[in-house]
Amino acid sequence: MLSQETVITTHNLTKSFGDFTAVNAITFEVKAGEIFGFLGANGAGKTTAMRILCGLLSPTSGEATVAGFDVYKENESIKKHIGYMSQKFSLFEDLTVRENIEFFGGIYGLSRKELKEKGNDLIQRLGMGKEAEKLVGSLPLGWKQKISFSTAILHQPKIVFLDEPTGGVDPITRRQFWDMIYEATDSGITVFVTTHYMDEAEYCNRVSIMVDGSISALDTPNNLKHQFDTDSMEGVFLKLARQAKRGE
Amino acid sequence: MKLFFAFIRKEFWHVLRDTRSLIILLGLPVMMMLLFGFALSNEVKNSNIGILDLSHDESTIQLADRFDQSRYFSVTQKLKRESEIAEAFRKNELRMVVIFPPNFQENISHNKQAQIRFIGDATDPNTSNIMINYATAIIRDYQNEILGEQKLPYRIELESSMLYNPKLSSAFNFVPGVMTLILMLLGAMMTSVSIVKEKEKGTMEILLVSPMRPIMVVITKAIPYLLLCFVDVLLILLLAYTVLDMPMRGNIGLLLAESILFIFTTLSLGLLISNLVDTQQVAMFISLVGLLMPALIFSGFMFPLENMPLPMQVISNIVPTKWFYSIVSTIMVKGLGFEYVWKQTLILVGMTLFYLTIAMKKFKIRLE
Repeated sequence: MLSQETVITTHNLTKSFGDFTAVNAITFEVKAGEIFGFLGANGAGKTTAMRILCGLLSPTSGEATVAGFDVYKENESIKKHIGYMSQKFSLFEDLTVRENIEFFGGIYGLSRKELKEKGNDLIQRLGMGKEAEKLVGSLPLGWKQKISFSTAILHQPKIVFLDEPTGGVDPITRRQFWDMIYEATDSGITVFVTTHYMDEAEYCNRVSIMVDGSISALDTPNNLKHQFDTDSMEGVFLKLARQAKRGE
Repeated sequence: MKLFFAFIRKEFWHVLRDTRSLIILLGLPVMMMLLFGFALSNEVKNSNIGILDLSHDESTIQLADRFDQSRYFSVTQKLKRESEIAEAFRKNELRMVVIFPPNFQENISHNKQAQIRFIGDATDPNTSNIMINYATAIIRDYQNEILGEQKLPYRIELESSMLYNPKLSSAFNFVPGVMTLILMLLGAMMTSVSIVKEKEKGTMEILLVSPMRPIMVVITKAIPYLLLCFVDVLLILLLAYTVLDMPMRGNIGLLLAESILFIFTTLSLGLLISNLVDTQQVAMFISLVGLLMPALIFSGFMFPLENMPLPMQVISNIVPTKWFYSIVSTIMVKGLGFEYVWKQTLILVGMTLFYLTIAMKKFKIRLE
């Protein structure tokens, strides 16, 4: 089902801040069209790793390519081929829904005509015809997250990075959100997602679990459960996270 | 380029939607101009004075009348006794008292010598000085008139003229001053606050993962403020010209060009601040205390730099407002051209480049 094309490869990717090694020699591959879950306790190094892959941070050592571009030299090219959404603040609260869509589409180089069409189309699909001219700040969190995700993939990026996209959202909206993620992968977008919800980890094709800067486990959810002899991802996570030495 | 405009458009949405910052951006210059123009004047105009006339003869009545008719004074109290003076000052009813001793006219005619005493309420020393000067001038004029009728062995005539500001209008001083302060305050504060806000809310991160180059992300945030500050310059000049009757003696094009240069200086200071701090409060605090205070003290607008102790005079050289204030008043008030402001211009260019270089360096470090 998955193609063999890899969109993210890392090899011994390391990032240190002074004496502190936030990300310690991680090696993994993400295949095109995959939903790749990136798990780990707070402070395990997930965000740092994600920032390197998004071209925000330069690694200290090791190699990594994203969408075929090198994270050291071609981080500006990487940015053109990815989408990014984070937990809280992916939209401007003092802009309307439509303005947000136009801005985020605009910064990825969509033409005015495309923006208008895609914007209208998106508002239609989200069923927000009435709210399009409202300020984002006045909308419930679940809606914001949906708009936010939609704008992050408006330009059809190769990969979309989701940093705890469903934090604080109710279960029904969370379910709808994951439907949107599946839709996105159907259209060929690779999804790289961090989450703290273990049920969401089950939705991923493959899951990696970071402990103290290193990847301790990486496989499909079923194989992981088998490997750690437990019947839920939560069990897997707890067994691994207990080994952690770093505090919060 | 498309990207660039998308960013700028978004920034305008932010600014135009935030009524509070709009009021500050456009209301503050208007308010300051009107305040300095009509309320905070340090000109002496129709000041309340009292007259204690102990001789009450032809000369003293005439002199008292002249005081009253002068546009600087109005005689509001005729005092009877010396003991009333202190009370009037205490009640804050008078700014100055003129005392004519007994037998004033007689002394002039017979002894060729008479005395007049001024008492100023010197709680504000500058104003009192100015008042005493005006009062002395009134007496001198009167004296010259009497002397005109008599022959004297020699006479020295004094003639003083105020070259660039014959009417001693305070607008000549505060218009360049207000312009300098407003640009310093708004340019640096609004820019730094708007960038830091983006950091504080976390939206900076999404802007940075966009294909826009990081440094351009920050620069596009400064552009709306460049425009708004320029609007402020026009607003101030318009008010100065129409409401405050301040002439524009120099080349307006040169003045506008210099203003744009100074706006760049303040914006680059704003960028610098925004790269050093992480919260809006700190950004605002630094802008107010770190920039506005020195701007106020060292521009030469409120306090003459020549009177300051040497170390402070030296410090004043690193404050950009001093140079811009000098440029504006040279062009506007003295009507001189670029050959008289090139040095200040060069210094401002240097400062701007300096701030920008540090800002960019710091910016890269933060991204690491």
